[in-house]
Amino acid sequence: MSIATALLANAGTTFIQTLVKALALGSVYILIALGFVIIFKGTQVLNFAAGAISMAGAIFLAIMVGDGGLPFLPFDNPLAPSLDDPDLVLWLINLVIVLFIAALFGLVIERIAIRPMVGQPLFAMAVITLGIEVAIRPFNLDATAIQARTLNVPWGADAWELWGAQIPKSYVAAMIIATIAGAVVILFYRSRLGVAMRAVAFDQEAAMAQGINVGRVFAIAWGLGAALAALGAIVYGMAPFPPGGQVSQEIHPILALRVLPVIVLGGLDSASGAVYGGLIIASAEVFAGEYLSQWNSTLGSGYSTIVPYVVMLIVLLVKPYGLFGTAEVRRV
Amino acid sequence: MFGRPLLRTSYEQDAAMLPTAFQKGALAAFMLAVVLMGLGNSVFTWLPSSLLGPTWINPVTNLLPLAIAALGFNILVGVTGQVSIGHSFFMGVGAYTAVALGGTGDGVKACVPFHDELGLLDQTGQCGLDFPMWIWLPAAGIMAALVGIFVSPAAVKVRGLYLAIVTLGLVFIGLHLGRMLPEYAGDFESGRRWPSLDIKIWREETPLVQMTEDGKWFGLIHLSEEQKQFFFLLALLVVFTILAKNIIRSRTGRALAAIRDRDIAAEVMGVPEFKYKRIGFALSSFYAGIGGALWASYLGRASPVDWNLFLAVDFIAILLIGGVGTIVGTLLGTVFVELIPDVVETFTEWLAEQTEAAPPLGWIANLLLTEGEGDFGPISLASTAPGWPMSVFQWNFVIYGVLIVIFLIFEPLGLYGIWIKIRNYWKRWPFSY
Repeated sequence: MSIATALLANAGTTFIQTLVKALALGSVYILIALGFVIIFKGTQVLNFAAGAISMAGAIFLAIMVGDGGLPFLPFDNPLAPSLDDPDLVLWLINLVIVLFIAALFGLVIERIAIRPMVGQPLFAMAVITLGIEVAIRPFNLDATAIQARTLNVPWGADAWELWGAQIPKSYVAAMIIATIAGAVVILFYRSRLGVAMRAVAFDQEAAMAQGINVGRVFAIAWGLGAALAALGAIVYGMAPFPPGGQVSQEIHPILALRVLPVIVLGGLDSASGAVYGGLIIASAEVFAGEYLSQWNSTLGSGYSTIVPYVVMLIVLLVKPYGLFGTAEVRRV
Repeated sequence: MFGRPLLRTSYEQDAAMLPTAFQKGALAAFMLAVVLMGLGNSVFTWLPSSLLGPTWINPVTNLLPLAIAALGFNILVGVTGQVSIGHSFFMGVGAYTAVALGGTGDGVKACVPFHDELGLLDQTGQCGLDFPMWIWLPAAGIMAALVGIFVSPAAVKVRGLYLAIVTLGLVFIGLHLGRMLPEYAGDFESGRRWPSLDIKIWREETPLVQMTEDGKWFGLIHLSEEQKQFFFLLALLVVFTILAKNIIRSRTGRALAAIRDRDIAAEVMGVPEFKYKRIGFALSSFYAGIGGALWASYLGRASPVDWNLFLAVDFIAILLIGGVGTIVGTLLGTVFVELIPDVVETFTEWLAEQTEAAPPLGWIANLLLTEGEGDFGPISLASTAPGWPMSVFQWNFVIYGVLIVIFLIFEPLGLYGIWIKIRNYWKRWPFSY
């Protein structure tokens, strides 16, 4: 009987840990997916450059708090938290600065590459961002991030214990950050500017005729989207996601591509869809990784990274515009 | 005939492969130039070897199989209008089929998937049936087409960007399958050997046409190994180009173009949308399979990581830079995109020799290049050292991404569009419109 209880307790612990991991991964997916959705809703561009933008943000933070330097500048970072015992407030200040830099990065990309393309087909705009991704990637991978850089998170890899289950602080932090970001996005869509953005998403010309500054809406969508993408990549660099807590050359460049099934599942233009999609896809990925691991040799190692795409394919067979996406009205 | 080349009096003339005499002449001259380039030093011994020698024949041969795959991509994206980022997946399918049928391996038993788990063999064997090329090459195309038809139910239903993401998912699923099935794909990082391009009748020792050694072809002309592969792949490219052109100007091609232009209107006019989308997928995958099999066989060794997202993005770049929907544009784009790295590399090597040259050139060279410590310049000459002064290899990616952006913003029709502009300018000359 005691063995059965122990097994049951063990199963319960595993379940709680898996659930927390799924929620944490879901939070990362939600952050990046919201970045995709805001940009798509505002400007009708599927931002394939999100991978490069988000990794650039994560590397900037790693340079500022891990190396104590400044990106592009040969000076020391005056606000750098100490390496051994990083101060939470200083770390958060650095985080906010990096998010502003990432937003600025998004603005520059929008101004240079997206603004001249207004009115072009969706595919052309998406491929432009693909070109930007290809162009920025070498800087991320080769020029700055030759070695894996630590993010020097104040709470490190610490964990709380709950009924025998290990709950890393980073996972809780990811959930809190995603909740805050989600709330900010919801509030933003209710603000004057957010209503303007929804109007632009509905009909650019009509919005312009009502006196909405479409260019400003574009810029804000890209700034917000880039900052959210960078935030997602930074959260994914906290300790237990990659065990060492660093910006990694292997997992960070493809992080945004792993989020594509999420936004397809939720619908490209639905913010609530991004939230549900993130939770569904992350749960499928994490639970499959945990509970199907006995068939590892048949499924192949690392099969859990494929689960999102398989789920996406199955959902699209039934609902071609995702679960919450707006179906395109087709006219001759 | 020369008086009014654009006057067409019948549908046959309108649908002709090369409607004007100028085009016929230009094509003949171009083909002659390409063949002479391939012959190069073996016939024209007086030419400097840097111009037509082994430096250029390898990159050019390398792009021929990719051009075949790009023609297929043009049928899907340019003619049918279905955006795909998964072309490399179908190339991989074709290549694996080729190596399973044509490669050397450990017998039929090794071709059963998961034979390790089933206990058929003690150690991991590799699947390879050692069939000749006339079996594995068509089989590669047909297998890829079948896989294309198999995934098409998901693909014909979704539209636009959703389709792009679905096909992108295929690339990742393909990479995972490559890792799962080492009996076909070989080791995930280092891969395995692909069958050579030798033409055999059956499994005989001395092939009918030898491709991997220097020697005489048909007792007439002495050719090196590279030249043989070049001419063989060139001949295949010509065959597949004619085939693609004929598909595009036939009933099927017109139906595909109708779906691209407006799918509902096409359906109203009696073009079954799903059926023709499926045909478009199958045709495109067929070309991809052939191209992938030939490419892997030309390289001699390929690994599952070769069929990645970057290869798929390559084809998008080829189509956009060359010109969407046109065969000439596709071929131009392939040459342009695949030769940029070599041109940039040659240019950098040339620049490295100019650092001591006269002021303007020497200054530019010093400004751009970094030689050793303490020198500022974005391009590092040391190819192995990672870090800020990036190597030429890394800069090539940057140039390539920037080119995609520039072409899309300034010349959406690509190189073909530039050609049309130049042609129209001279046609109307001296009038501006």
